Amino acid sequence: MADDLQTLLDTLAPLLVDGSPHAVALGFRLERIEPGMAEMRAPYRDDLIGDPDTRVLHGGVVTALLDHACGLAAFAGLGGKDATATLDLRLDYMRPAEPGRDVVAVARCVRASGLFAFVSAIAHDGDETDPVATAAAAFMVSRVSQEAAAKARRAFGQSATPISKVEEE
Amino acid sequence: MSPLEPLLSSPYVQMMRVRFDGHGDELTAILPYTETLVGNPLIPALHGGAIGAFMEITASAALLAGTRLAAQPKPIDVSVDYLRPARPQDVYARGIITRQGARVANVRVEAWQDRRAAPVAALHGHFLIKPEGEG
Repeated sequence: MADDLQTLLDTLAPLLVDGSPHAVALGFRLERIEPGMAEMRAPYRDDLIGDPDTRVLHGGVVTALLDHACGLAAFAGLGGKDATATLDLRLDYMRPAEPGRDVVAVARCVRASGLFAFVSAIAHDGDETDPVATAAAAFMVSRVSQEAAAKARRAFGQSATPISKVEEE
Repeated sequence: MSPLEPLLSSPYVQMMRVRFDGHGDELTAILPYTETLVGNPLIPALHGGAIGAFMEITASAALLAGTRLAAQPKPIDVSVDYLRPARPQDVYARGIITRQGARVANVRVEAWQDRRAAPVAALHGHFLIKPEGEG
């Protein structure tokens, strides 16, 4: 079963970043996706700098990276079938990222059950024990995100069925 | 020089094409729609990270407009609530400084599209500030 999920995630992996124009625009790359975890890299790029004097990446880049990595971990945690909507995202900025270095987000799904997934994540610039930022996020399988997932399955010929049903509002 | 100059000189803020519209003491931040803001084309919805980043920029702008600061505010922590999917159109935001101390300010931001009364997301966070004239 876990192998089936890994196969599914491997199949979907190229779409999970390339299918998101904003992630593509920021140059995000998916390094790893496994049941309940995702790792994604933001490149150090001149146009992503926040402060021209310090040349430190803008906090917003770290925000977008953590948001995307947490979403992928939630997706992988919920069995790779239902797309999710972010309910909230809490970020702690521990220190500025080192200028010149890529930032890597490592997100782990702490619990995924029914319609909800809870994810915790860190962002680091080389040393996982010295994070740039940490995040905690909650996700939900919403009606809108379920419809989007169904659309994606039709588009990509996936036959998987949603693991859960959302009540009509 | 506009107090927002440090923010407008940021390559990332320029890349996101964020603009500001000030009337009296009210400052509205504008995130003009471009295809590259889309997170999920199937809904379609703007990327949650882009909305979060836009609200962080709005919070910085509120602080820069509110006091003379020697440097850009630095986020310490932020918490973002996603209230409804952001449609592929412009987003607006306003920040309110809830509390401002000598070093730390607490800011709240709301972002909306069609109706200000129906926000797409809300942020609150702490920012490290360095008022002008202090070591």
